[in-house]
Amino acid sequence: MRTENQKAWFFVLPVLALVAFNALVPMMTVVNYSVQETFGNNQFFWEGLGWFEQILRSDRFQAALGRQFLFTFLILLIEVPLGIIVALSMPRKGFWVPVCLVLMALPMLIPWNVVGSMWNIFTLPKIGLLGYFLNDVLGINYDMTQQPLSAWITVVVMDVWHWTSLVVLLCYAGLVSIPDAYYQAAKIDGASPWSVFRYIQLPKMKTVLTIAILLRFMDSFNIYTEPFVLTGGGPGNSTTLLSIDLVKIALGQFDLGPAAAMSLIYFAITLLVSWLFYTLMTKDDAE
Amino acid sequence: MAQIKLSNLRHSYMPAPKGPEDYALKEIDVTWRDGGAYALLGPSGCGKSTLLNIISGLLTPSEGRILFDDQDVTALPPDQRNIAQVFQFPVIYDTMTVGENLAFPLKNRGVDAATIKRRVDEIAEMLDVTDMLGTKASGLSPDNKQKISMGRGLVRDDVNAVMFDEPLTVIDPHLKWKLRSKLKELHQRVQATMIYVTHDQTEALTFADEVVVMQDGEVVQIGTPVELFERPQHTFVGHFIGSPGMNVLPCEAKGDRAIFEGHEVMLEGPTHGDGGRTDLGIRPEYVGFGETGIPAQVTKVSDIGRHFVVSAMVGNTPLKAVVEHNAPNPGSHVFLKFKPEHSRVYRDGWIVTEERTQ
Repeated sequence: MRTENQKAWFFVLPVLALVAFNALVPMMTVVNYSVQETFGNNQFFWEGLGWFEQILRSDRFQAALGRQFLFTFLILLIEVPLGIIVALSMPRKGFWVPVCLVLMALPMLIPWNVVGSMWNIFTLPKIGLLGYFLNDVLGINYDMTQQPLSAWITVVVMDVWHWTSLVVLLCYAGLVSIPDAYYQAAKIDGASPWSVFRYIQLPKMKTVLTIAILLRFMDSFNIYTEPFVLTGGGPGNSTTLLSIDLVKIALGQFDLGPAAAMSLIYFAITLLVSWLFYTLMTKDDAE
Repeated sequence: MAQIKLSNLRHSYMPAPKGPEDYALKEIDVTWRDGGAYALLGPSGCGKSTLLNIISGLLTPSEGRILFDDQDVTALPPDQRNIAQVFQFPVIYDTMTVGENLAFPLKNRGVDAATIKRRVDEIAEMLDVTDMLGTKASGLSPDNKQKISMGRGLVRDDVNAVMFDEPLTVIDPHLKWKLRSKLKELHQRVQATMIYVTHDQTEALTFADEVVVMQDGEVVQIGTPVELFERPQHTFVGHFIGSPGMNVLPCEAKGDRAIFEGHEVMLEGPTHGDGGRTDLGIRPEYVGFGETGIPAQVTKVSDIGRHFVVSAMVGNTPLKAVVEHNAPNPGSHVFLKFKPEHSRVYRDGWIVTEERTQ
């Protein structure tokens, strides 16, 4: 006979309370706003799914979503391979290991809005070091405050500078855990450098790489501070990513209903894509 | 297949070695017959893995040459030496199936598909893994993984030698025995030169035709298991091989006798040389009890099933004896008899008695 005991629930209660206050209650508030219209005075009118429909149909939202996907796609496309390459070329032992690790960790230690300000000042056409160098020394017409393409390149390069290290450090951790015997066996088996990468290094990095890709997806998809400080979403709307647009609607126009609906859609997309990534990347392990 | 010759081999991990103590390997000169089964036996850190890595080409020796059938391979990289190595921890390619794992070395060398298939099937049959060929290698048990890494070595028919670097370390005890007999059987079938590195005397003695005992980067003795047991050339060999190891008792040498704790002991033959530290070496198996002889007091008796191990004190010197039955009681006073043909004197560790020739 098994004795049933319900006492365990009491131990879960504190966590439940904590989660309720920092996640469930705020989230439900957002849900509450998303289906109502308010004109202040704490007066609410039922709106149903109207805001959701309005957001999903609006060109503005679709354009921001498109920019957001393009941005995340570029980030993953650049940071993941670059991170792997840098991790592979880092020394595995000796004096330079700590030096490399500290250098790699540095960009990640800088507060996000500082990163934005740094790159802003760095790239300003007349006074920034890079802006001046490109325009007046190399003669390239570059102005991220005026040209959408320049603005995009700057935002992407800034994120690459800021976050490639995360991929590097995670991959590096995977690489150093490979015992020497694997490389020796590969040498004896006559494996080419590509085979060593394909059959030893990549499989051993897979778990950490999955984590790296997931983190980079979520972070870049929800990115706000750095592009906001750097370009403010401009020039025009060219670098207005989803989160920037969301803040404009919620705090700029004070359209709480549409903003809440947009937040929920935004959240659902992030969740769905993360789930897709995770399922696809861990599919082989289940076999 | 090839004869392997190590000529004046020395290796140091330091860039500028000064004295002999800087060398991980000191002056190795060995020839291994084609098709033989050899073991490198020694405690951890004695240089046996260094030696193995030098033979396989993972390390380049500081001095000396390695010859495979009179061809100097000292400067050749591992993949051109045609050797196979099985490591302490099984190395398998996780993402490949068992079959792909076995085919990998052949594929890298551009062998045609039909030959690969034939060889893989042959090896799989030899290793009893035919039914696993299609499964992912990552899910296998350690002993099967070790079999696959062995198979990757054997799959090439041009292998000069197969080397094993303590291959049974991670295998469960009851499977160790199985895998060891599989190894032995494989050796008989493929007739490749096999070199087996271990610190486990049972593994070495059961596997090899000839055992190389190493200590501190030096070869102490090369011999068949029987030779190592019967006539150790060095007290280290005597102590390291056998369970319990050889008794090493401080003594004085006088002609064909030794004076041990004031008692005269007949030796196998006359001793030569003088000076240094002299020890009397005799295996516990050759220490018997009698009515007369060297008086001793029994301190402990361990029953280990097949025989008894008797610990006794002669004066202030402890020694051990092995008897099949009629073990004396702890605390009792007994008389010990040393078999003369197995009593030897070692000077500074090395044997100095002449072998008795009848």
